Amino acid sequence: MTVKFDINTLQQDSLWARSVLFLRSYPILPVVIVLTLVVCGIFAPLVAPNHPLEGELENRQLPPVWLEGGSSQYLLGTDHIGRGILTRIIFGARISLTISVVVLIGGVALGTIAGLVAGYIGGILDEIVMRLVDFTFAMPFIVVALVASVVWGQSMTLMIILLVLFTWAPFARQVRAETLLLKSSDYVSLARVAGASGPRIAFRHILPGLVNTVMVLSSLQVGNLILTESVLSFLGIGLPPPAPTWGTMVSEGRQYVSTAWWLCFFPGFAIMLVVFSMNFFGDWLRDKLDPRLRQL
Amino acid sequence: MILVMVLLTMIVFGLSHATGDPRYMYMSEYSTGSTSAEMWEAQGKRLGLDKPLYIQYGLWLGRSLKGDFGTSLTYNKNSIDVISEGLTGTLQLTSVSFVFAILLGVPLGVLSAVKRATFWDYLGRSFALIGQSAPPFWIAIVCIFVFAVYLGWLPTSRRGDWTHYVLPVITLGWMPASALLRLVRSSTLEVLDSEFVKLAKAKGVSNTTVIWKHAFRNSLIAPLTFTMVLLAGFLTGTVVTETVFAWPGLGRMAVRAALNMDFPLITALAMVFGLMFLFTSFIADVIYGLVDPRIRYDR
Repeated sequence: MTVKFDINTLQQDSLWARSVLFLRSYPILPVVIVLTLVVCGIFAPLVAPNHPLEGELENRQLPPVWLEGGSSQYLLGTDHIGRGILTRIIFGARISLTISVVVLIGGVALGTIAGLVAGYIGGILDEIVMRLVDFTFAMPFIVVALVASVVWGQSMTLMIILLVLFTWAPFARQVRAETLLLKSSDYVSLARVAGASGPRIAFRHILPGLVNTVMVLSSLQVGNLILTESVLSFLGIGLPPPAPTWGTMVSEGRQYVSTAWWLCFFPGFAIMLVVFSMNFFGDWLRDKLDPRLRQL
Repeated sequence: MILVMVLLTMIVFGLSHATGDPRYMYMSEYSTGSTSAEMWEAQGKRLGLDKPLYIQYGLWLGRSLKGDFGTSLTYNKNSIDVISEGLTGTLQLTSVSFVFAILLGVPLGVLSAVKRATFWDYLGRSFALIGQSAPPFWIAIVCIFVFAVYLGWLPTSRRGDWTHYVLPVITLGWMPASALLRLVRSSTLEVLDSEFVKLAKAKGVSNTTVIWKHAFRNSLIAPLTFTMVLLAGFLTGTVVTETVFAWPGLGRMAVRAALNMDFPLITALAMVFGLMFLFTSFIADVIYGLVDPRIRYDR
């Protein structure tokens, strides 16, 4: 009995195996999707084939290009007043991107500082911050958003403020817990012995130790954020109508679902793809950087 | 807990005052010419607006504790009565969806942990990934298109016999089910890896017994604490689901009240939702303490 040994197949195999391994161990697809989103968002006017707000009424409810009656000018079809769906999705990416970035920066900054201060100083301040965190978790967010939109009217600013209020709490909680741990570690005690001041210890010695946690938590929160934003827009309490938010697009297309399914299918699919990628990426980052956060 | 409740009432009260002077509701701009400053003051006195803010807050709190949130502007009834009418619809929908989420999430989670890295695992995990990434309103609309418009099997909206439940329950239950699935999966994996399970296996206990008697029970602790988060998801979910399926419940009522600027109703709803939330999280804490004796609340 002879075993055939072919150096070529072995090399091919190992190349194949290596590429499979590579694809499995790095989130290539999610990163590609998110990068596409970012590029589309930043260069929206250059990438988009049509105008996002002005439609052509004679071209309304055109199906996507691969269906009968589709036009190559509108790759994913047009909506009820003849605006290109693809264009609006691309401009919608811009809005989602802006909101997520601003909210994330605000929420992370607020949550991290609150958690750091609460954990480091402790005492009554800790008590206040933690009760506020509890309160934020106990707040029926959607209903508060509804009330707020009645009181102050819909706007981008309101949306961002609401979402920041919704985002900061998990950061504060996690950062506080980590700070408590780091505070009692040897190197912090040594820094104190060396005469470092309180703020210096907090920001120069403890804060860098929190970076991993905060990164992981933010990547896990982005998906949630985009989803919540789309829900608010869908309910009609997000940005006011002509703005091409994904949630608004789905809600506008809802009444045409029996005749033109593509109106709400594609924007919703875009949300799903992006949230999926962010969640996947977040999971991967967590497993890499901070497996202890598994329960989040 | 009580502190949180007080905070909640203060926020709702603050919001109810942020709309502006309620006198404008009674005396419109058109009649300002005929309303004198004295009438304005008198009306203010009648509504208690001349008193300092904290006394107004006290009065408002007293009234709302008695269940009086003012008359709804669109229904022209006391808000609390309007709410109690919508409550049954919401409770029916949420309870069915809750059961659905548990019946789907827990067994699938155990299955995908036990049969790790097989077809079942990938099936369960993709189910969970879709459920956590797809916006609920989109799931609802896709379901409507496929099952109601295209296949014509199920009704699209309103309440009725059991067929009316199918699509809303899928919409509302999918996301919590997938969250549960992931949690049950990871905690089952953790428990299956522990020493006592290995010992049980080494003793020769059958696989079924190990999984259900040793592993399953201990893996339920983490998911139980998760109920609070789960219920938060339900609240968001009911608002969306009821809106899409025209289901007569509190969620749809809240959206309508917001769009109609029905202020007394929406504040009352915010209060009711907040209290339901607090109550459920309290129950979750109690259950957690009962299930896991290692948790004690005496600090």
